Amino acid sequence: MSSETILHGHTAGEAVHTHDDHAEHGHHHEESFLTKYIFCQDHKMIAKQFLITGIIWAIIGGLFSVLFRLQLGYPDMSFPVLEDIFGRWAKGGRISNEFYYALVTMHGTILVFFVLTAGLSGTFANLLIPLQIGARDMASGFLNMLSYWFFFLASVVMFASLFIQTGPAAGGWTIYPPLSALGQASEGSKLGMDFWLISMALFIVSSLLGGLNYISTILNLRTKGMSMTRMPLTMWAIFFTAVLGVLSFPVLLSGAVLLLFDRNLGTSFYLSEIVVKGEILPNEGGSAILFQHLFWFLGHPEVYIILLPAMGMVSEIMSVNSRKPIFGYLAMVGSLFAITILAFLVWAHHMFVTGLNPFLGAFFVLLTLLIAVPSAIKVFNWLTTLWRGNIRLTPAMLFAIGFVSLFISGGLTGIFLGNSTLDIHLHDTYFVVAHFHIVMGVASFFGMFAGVYHWFPKMYSRYLNNTMAYIHFWVTLVGAYLIFWPMHYQGLAGLPRRYTDFSNWQSFNQFAGMNRFISTVAMIVFAVQLLFVFNFFYSIFKGRKVKSQNPWGSNTLEWTTPITPGHGNWPGEIPEVHRWAYDYGKDGREFIPQVEPVGADESKH
Amino acid sequence: MSGYFILAILALAFVVTFQIAKASEYVSVLKGEEKTFKQNNRINAFLFIAFLVLGLIGAWWCNSMYYGKTLLAQPAASDHGEKIDFMLMLTIAVTGVVFLLTQILLFWFAYKYQYTEKRKAYFFAHDNKLELLWTVVPAIFLTVLVGFGMFYWFKITGDSPKDSQIVEITGKQFNWMIRYPGKDKVLGRKNYRLTDASNGNALGVDWEDGASHDDIEATEMHLVVNKPVHLVINAQDVIHDVGLVHFRLKMDAVPGIPTTLWFTPKYTTTEMKKITGNKDFVYEISCDQMCGSGHYSMRGVIVVETQEEYDAWMASKKPQYVTVQESANPVASTSDSTTVTKVAEVNKPIAKLN
Repeated sequence: MSSETILHGHTAGEAVHTHDDHAEHGHHHEESFLTKYIFCQDHKMIAKQFLITGIIWAIIGGLFSVLFRLQLGYPDMSFPVLEDIFGRWAKGGRISNEFYYALVTMHGTILVFFVLTAGLSGTFANLLIPLQIGARDMASGFLNMLSYWFFFLASVVMFASLFIQTGPAAGGWTIYPPLSALGQASEGSKLGMDFWLISMALFIVSSLLGGLNYISTILNLRTKGMSMTRMPLTMWAIFFTAVLGVLSFPVLLSGAVLLLFDRNLGTSFYLSEIVVKGEILPNEGGSAILFQHLFWFLGHPEVYIILLPAMGMVSEIMSVNSRKPIFGYLAMVGSLFAITILAFLVWAHHMFVTGLNPFLGAFFVLLTLLIAVPSAIKVFNWLTTLWRGNIRLTPAMLFAIGFVSLFISGGLTGIFLGNSTLDIHLHDTYFVVAHFHIVMGVASFFGMFAGVYHWFPKMYSRYLNNTMAYIHFWVTLVGAYLIFWPMHYQGLAGLPRRYTDFSNWQSFNQFAGMNRFISTVAMIVFAVQLLFVFNFFYSIFKGRKVKSQNPWGSNTLEWTTPITPGHGNWPGEIPEVHRWAYDYGKDGREFIPQVEPVGADESKH
Repeated sequence: MSGYFILAILALAFVVTFQIAKASEYVSVLKGEEKTFKQNNRINAFLFIAFLVLGLIGAWWCNSMYYGKTLLAQPAASDHGEKIDFMLMLTIAVTGVVFLLTQILLFWFAYKYQYTEKRKAYFFAHDNKLELLWTVVPAIFLTVLVGFGMFYWFKITGDSPKDSQIVEITGKQFNWMIRYPGKDKVLGRKNYRLTDASNGNALGVDWEDGASHDDIEATEMHLVVNKPVHLVINAQDVIHDVGLVHFRLKMDAVPGIPTTLWFTPKYTTTEMKKITGNKDFVYEISCDQMCGSGHYSMRGVIVVETQEEYDAWMASKKPQYVTVQESANPVASTSDSTTVTKVAEVNKPIAKLN
């Protein structure tokens, strides 16, 4: 590899370019603003649409967490500025209980669905599938466009729900009925809940359109020579993610529709023998637990929908930057497959203390802890990939290594919670909060950041600023541990989740200092995420230009396209593939792109 | 005002950071890309090792600061809780070893194998023996954890002893209501349509059922130390959860579907005051399932006491049926309370713990 490729070369003075001329783009047809940026069917533009919408949602969702951390960290202080902005929701500068629960609920909903599902899968599935398998575009560009616009509609409805008088949904992101079914029980279960359900229905449509498209594209449009086992691991991960989504999201849709019926049409799917605020309801015979089964049948695969693409990207980035093949490619694919299957068979581990039959519970414990085996395989394979590599610590690589660290930390606490005996004690405490934030929240964000830093040059033909990237990485990694590590101790003290205030409790009031610390760190980490957002948008227009077609010295097909690929990706023929994606450091060569035919004297592996 | 001040400082910090970032980009161009790359690589590799060392020290420090504030520092107050605590320690030990091993390897490798011109990456695509090793070893450890877990799980969720004291606990927004079965040891039948809090029937007890006539209602749960208790758990409006941190237990309260939970308290409240060194110690019931805007304040209290103390407390209580009759008809005799004739089977717990 030349030094230029290591250093994403460019020369003095060129860093200050003002404008990128997009004229070289679009070799297919004339594009108007409308067809190029709005109703666009080019997968690369749709990826950008998903990413930028996801970034906007991430800012909103992150800001909500800062607001409720204010309440948790500084329960005795009042912030008049909050009343200026939120009016009666923050009377006297203190966040009201209803507002707190609305914030918690929307924080979860936004980050789980709108950011880490749509923003993550939507972005990288769209960007990478055609580029890495060698296709001109998705199987159906039109469905792909619809997928984004359904997501956009879902976003509009969810966003609108923030502004209605009774507030958005406030029953937790899991929206368990009867709380979410009865407007009498909570302000957030009035109109806000209908908005939530409608928005999610639209979201599910978007996710299904996208998912079906990803699956059919990967199965049908691979270029010549690109057998399934020659695909980069990102493709496998995205493929399994799409399968998970297509098979599980419809179940959530059915759950949501039944809930809409219970709310508006007087049915009793989830309601039975209820007296709420002195009012005796006529509903009998429903089961509130039924909803939990329907919800978690999606809800559990959902955490893998979030995590698998991150795993795939991390595998790819780690291999490229270690200058070494990913260790145990087939084991990596096999463990992704195992996780996908098991993801469907463990949902009831969220329900150990609902009155689930203990005998049934035992199977769910076994299957849940079984997931630790493929997860362990992945971790050890990543470690072995680093071993004796020649590691380039690019920002993407930093985030990939950070991902593995967080995945280990959060994965191990899963072994506590998946064991029903311990779950009786730890269920719905801060231990759970710490666990899932580390393993599916922050870890997936790390995967996403790694992806953004790695493929930004392909998206915008420019680089992100490295210094800001390093600051972003280190503050986020350190901050993530400072926030969530101590939270385990709160969990081991039994602190329940979703309490706005612990001061009236003899058993839970000993963590005021820790809460203030966590809130302060959370604010700093949030500010640094804004720095990333700034870096992102600034670099789109003013970042250093990419001068080299293959800046990371990578084997995969996306780096054989022009620096700014047009609609159709390759100006001439689609390249043919002759080998797998991981011939790094083979036979003394730095890297051997997939398009290079296998030489006669090349060693086998 | 201070809010705007903080925002101004924040904005300033942003601008400064951005300028530095921008400048460092120019500097890197002037200094030569390769040199900058190597320098950054070294710095980040060093930071990984620093992060590992400081992180481990930090974890140690965090533990020494907060261990005493968790329940790890005090014994479980129930027999089930002791099993759960053992399971917890076992899991911490197993995962702790894996955690240290993998995190140290990860950051050490990131440091040790940082880029140098001298090294060639070692082409190492797969090794069946290694992969078999880290499939089988985790599987063995997990089997042990699952084995212990299941053994205790079935003990905890199994049938309660025959002589258990039955106590009913019902959640509603945002408090807990307690009912004792009285002398006949049978809880009177309920019908949610009869709920009428203003007339002394907040639980919807069916007074037609004679078994209900000696039932005693309370706002505080009193339990006898070392005597198994069988909780029958209900909810009226939304899902709640009976959280008993000191006993290490919890169980959802679901409208329309009664659940159960049993355990044996090991220490009286007074004993726990000594054990914890907290003179204000009380056993608290927390609601652990999001139930609306007052969720965080849904608190109940359990008093664990000796049999004599319990008997004295119980003797001071009047059956709810009697109270209702007296307020409805102040002159009527209270003889009804003694006419407990039939044994109600209706309200037998439907779902076993679990």
